[in-house]
Amino acid sequence: MTGLSPRKDVGAALGARWGKTGLLLLVLGALLAGAAVASLALGAVDVSPGVVARIVLHHIGIGGAESFTLQEEAVVWSIRMPRLLLGLVTGAGLGMAGAALQGVFRNPLADPQLIGVSSGAAFGSTVGIAVAGGALGGLAGPLVGLGGGLAAGVVVYSLSRHQGRTEVVTMVLAGIAVAAIGVAGAALVGFSLGRPELRSPLFWSLGSLSVATWRLLAVTAPLVGLALAALPFFARSLDVLLLGDREARSLGVAVERVRALVAGLAVLAVAATVSAAGVIGFVGLLAPHAVRMAAGPSHRVVLPGAALSGAVLVILADLAARNLHPPVEVPVGLITAVVGGPVFLWLLRRTRTQHGGWG
Amino acid sequence: MSGPVLAAEGLTLRVADTILVDGINLTVSPGEILGLVGPNGAGKTSLLRMLAGEVEPTSGSVTLDGVPLAAWRPRDLARRRALLPQHTLLQFAFRALDVVLLGRYPHRDSSAEEDLETARRAMEGTDTSRLAARIYPTLSGGEQTRVSFARVLAQETPLVMLDEPTTSLDLRHQELVMGLLRSLADEGAAVVAVLHDLNLAARYADRVALMSQGRLAALAATREVLRADLLTEVYQHPVVVIPHPHLDCPLILPGGDR
Repeated sequence: MTGLSPRKDVGAALGARWGKTGLLLLVLGALLAGAAVASLALGAVDVSPGVVARIVLHHIGIGGAESFTLQEEAVVWSIRMPRLLLGLVTGAGLGMAGAALQGVFRNPLADPQLIGVSSGAAFGSTVGIAVAGGALGGLAGPLVGLGGGLAAGVVVYSLSRHQGRTEVVTMVLAGIAVAAIGVAGAALVGFSLGRPELRSPLFWSLGSLSVATWRLLAVTAPLVGLALAALPFFARSLDVLLLGDREARSLGVAVERVRALVAGLAVLAVAATVSAAGVIGFVGLLAPHAVRMAAGPSHRVVLPGAALSGAVLVILADLAARNLHPPVEVPVGLITAVVGGPVFLWLLRRTRTQHGGWG
Repeated sequence: MSGPVLAAEGLTLRVADTILVDGINLTVSPGEILGLVGPNGAGKTSLLRMLAGEVEPTSGSVTLDGVPLAAWRPRDLARRRALLPQHTLLQFAFRALDVVLLGRYPHRDSSAEEDLETARRAMEGTDTSRLAARIYPTLSGGEQTRVSFARVLAQETPLVMLDEPTTSLDLRHQELVMGLLRSLADEGAAVVAVLHDLNLAARYADRVALMSQGRLAALAATREVLRADLLTEVYQHPVVVIPHPHLDCPLILPGGDR
């Protein structure tokens, strides 16, 4: 036996990861398709998958309108489809934003909700909606929300950065305080809002997709889409940034510029989803972690993978929220918290056993 | 020998009221290893960081290929000089191979095969091939240093700067790393290394910059700097220098009372 040659070692390491990546993206894609069909078919009125398919095909110009009822069409296309798409956009946005923020903070616990960005965005959104209402084509909520989210992020980031490192304890404590301010502010301003569903403090702290309409989607989807399209271009720079500021700078990354752009895009995605669907917690933590565990920490996989798995997560959570206690809807954030909280605790424990915890 | 790659003039670094580095002039030329030595707190790391363009000097200038460091675009600079810091703290589960491949970041136009081949050679040279699939944060300190060194090699730059590359390495791997630096220099690269072990400087460096309290106590050929009288004065401890029994270099030992 000569043992493994160096060439084989390196080649095998590379092959193993590429195989995993392809399989992972395939599985996530299949899960997303399954979740989407289930989300359109199941609810107060069950519609068979075959009928769902015919309605969708009809609306994209294939096939006639004779094989389903008007009621089925209204339920699937006018109510459930915008809701499904809002879930998709929200989950994808939160998932990728979480992955990106974790890269910027160089810390796998930097969840948009945990570090106060979501709540800051919620506060900003309510202010935007209260002041400008439907003016600006509904953009006031997301845009002022972007301001609120950025302000929260800057406060937490600047408090927790010390000598080129992120102090975890300070980050989490500052995040708790900023989140508390944001949620309270959003709830207070929320009472003054015109639309009754936006007056509930529950909406701002636990989120809901029940507000989904095609009009709302027309505002939210392009903003989140912009972040989803732009962030992957920073994947390699984010990988290098994980090595540390000195290493990244010596490898030619414009550290400050990349940080600012990536954080800005991530907060844009968070603000757009929050102003549409409230704060849905733990998605930005669970989605990237699932991908990292399956395929490693490279952002070339984690960013798209987290978008896919975030979408699956929110769509399934919303499906549960709608069907747990019909006709009453449970806030979708309750479902993600019930799943995400324990996973988060398990992650803490795993980090402790593997490399001594966060200190 | 062609002209210097790197030239520093009047480099001074002042933090608050403390002068860490005080008016240093030096050049580094292709084909040579310049060792930076000196007691703790002499300003070696601060000097290296200014030479690498990481820290802006309070006064003075550094030019690379005749162009001031500040005028270089980050990516162009990264293709000219690589830097190995003392520690790379990583909280994400990259494998060793992933870390080495990150050294290819500045080479945007190179193909994936080329990147992999370069990484493979760098890992063979640093004796880290069998660590390729291991998770970087789970490696020992010395293994991490060697993987980081492989990343620096994969960057393929004509100027290589290292901050204590041999600390936490065992004897064999110290020799391995220094031997690699020697062959890099023999192939025409310029190497600047902060070295704690004076014997490694004695054996491998062409020239030595001996620092003391932010200034250059000496900058000359290795044998001229690593003298008992000079070292005794700078380190404030008796130092004995004898010929190496087998190799053509001085051997430096701490002296003292019998």
